[in-house]
Amino acid sequence: MIEARTLTKRYGERVAVDAVDFTVRPGTVTGFLGPNGAGKSTTMRLIIGLDAPTAGSVTVNGRRYARHTAPLSEVGALLEARSIHPGRSAFDHLMALAYTHGVRRARVDEVIEMTGLRAVARKRAGAFSLGMGQRLGIAAALLGDPQTIMLDEPVNGLDPEGVRWIRTLLTDLATAGRTVFVSSHLMSEMALVADHLIIVGKGRVLADTTVQDLVRQAGGDTVVVASADPARLRQVLAGPDVEITGRPGSERLSVTGMSPRAIGIAAAEHGIALFELTAKTVSLEEAFMDLTKDAVEYQSTTPTGRAA
Amino acid sequence: MSTITETRSTPTPPPTAAPELKVTGRRVLRSEWAKLWSLRSTWITLPLGLLFLFAVGIIAALRYRSMSGSGQPMDPDFVDATAYSLALFGLPFALIALGVLGVLTTSGEYTTGMIRSTLAAVPRRLPVLWSKAAVYGVIAFIVAIAGAAVAFAVSSATLSGTAAAVSLSDDGVVRGLLGAGIYLGLVGVIGVALGALLRSTAGGISALVGSFLLVPGLMSLLPASWRTDITPYLPSNAGESIFALQHNAGSLSAGAGLLVLLGWTALALGGAAYRLVRSDA
Repeated sequence: MIEARTLTKRYGERVAVDAVDFTVRPGTVTGFLGPNGAGKSTTMRLIIGLDAPTAGSVTVNGRRYARHTAPLSEVGALLEARSIHPGRSAFDHLMALAYTHGVRRARVDEVIEMTGLRAVARKRAGAFSLGMGQRLGIAAALLGDPQTIMLDEPVNGLDPEGVRWIRTLLTDLATAGRTVFVSSHLMSEMALVADHLIIVGKGRVLADTTVQDLVRQAGGDTVVVASADPARLRQVLAGPDVEITGRPGSERLSVTGMSPRAIGIAAAEHGIALFELTAKTVSLEEAFMDLTKDAVEYQSTTPTGRAA
Repeated sequence: MSTITETRSTPTPPPTAAPELKVTGRRVLRSEWAKLWSLRSTWITLPLGLLFLFAVGIIAALRYRSMSGSGQPMDPDFVDATAYSLALFGLPFALIALGVLGVLTTSGEYTTGMIRSTLAAVPRRLPVLWSKAAVYGVIAFIVAIAGAAVAFAVSSATLSGTAAAVSLSDDGVVRGLLGAGIYLGLVGVIGVALGALLRSTAGGISALVGSFLLVPGLMSLLPASWRTDITPYLPSNAGESIFALQHNAGSLSAGAGLLVLLGWTALALGGAAYRLVRSDA
């Protein structure tokens, strides 16, 4: 469980994290989503105490990360920036971290095995590919057998094989009952693994929601239907799981909770003529873009009417 | 509207971390020890420091013997030389090697990003600095005393019977060799502190070389009265008085020199600790 309360981080004039409140609940995969520069990495650095908050607080399982007697068994973190001395071998790197907590050597071998690093464990980490470096970072994160795993942009720059490996790992960890907190700027990636989504932009939380709710909010399973008598149609379609909205004076209704097929059949049974019956499909990507469009750091503007 | 129920069934209770996992001072020491020995730079620089100490000392002793045997007038630099002072001729070189490695143990963590892993494991931070300083200080001390002892053994054997002869049983020699070890051990600790304070290898090495080798040279720019007041308290001069056999009027006694150098070390470590705790990693 990670809890942030009015967590704020300023670097001089720039506000990287702006009074953020969120909770990462145990036993779920929580996606931390936002465009580049939204404050995701800074938030993660604040969680494990690499940076000190300007205001507010963030706790891990009820305490500040640094107050735990065995921090590596509370949260295992893979940060975006490389956190490895290139001159040390993977094994020596893990061993050095293991010593601080009294983690046994057998566990070091275990995480090396889990992350598929056995063949390169004695090689200098500086010679590792990006994917191997990520695996070593994850091995370090798993070392203390933590309940919470936090990964910052784990798939960034990885080849398809590496991406698939990370994806499987995240789902496996979640199935084993771990709390997974993973950041990304790619909605499509998050939709595959996350149950819960915290969407940030310009250092603020824009949405704290689930994948299903986000789709619904964006009008994902909404059907637009138009008829001459919307009031009657409304009565016909009303049901426990159905939500109907419409503007007074408009022929059109927005219906959620019913398929276009069911709406058409119901209307026909009551002899209501329909002028329009459209399923509005919104991709997660669009929903995300819609939420964050005001919060992207560098907006691309299409040049208009500047011929010659 | 239906209520959205959590689809995931009650998660299997997570494996509780083995109860013995805990960060302790001893474990951080163990970790820093392992970190130091798992880098190639350690295996290059420490032997180099050792080599500087005894090779330069032995060469100086041999040079003295060949000069004193030749019947020609003695080189002015060598007039006051003894088997002891000649043995420690390589000390400034060893000082650079050991000091630089000290800087690298901390600055290297920042330049590579390793510091993020280190502080994630030990988020209280200060134990990392104390452990690095202790581990490296002891190692630098052992290397220095070993190098100085070998250099002196050879130098004393080479020069027995000459005007410069000094033997281990002579007054102050054992204490002096020990002092040379302590001096370089503290230089190592100051290197560790400067690396942590400046977070840069180039900056740390410059600060170290500057304060031990360049600042003493700048003293000649000061008015004579200031110079005699300030010079003995410089880290290099205070350090040299720890192992010097003869103390002339201007220099500190061995004990006072040690106290002054300990003061400089505490200052550097204090600055490093302040920055480590107060600023973001």
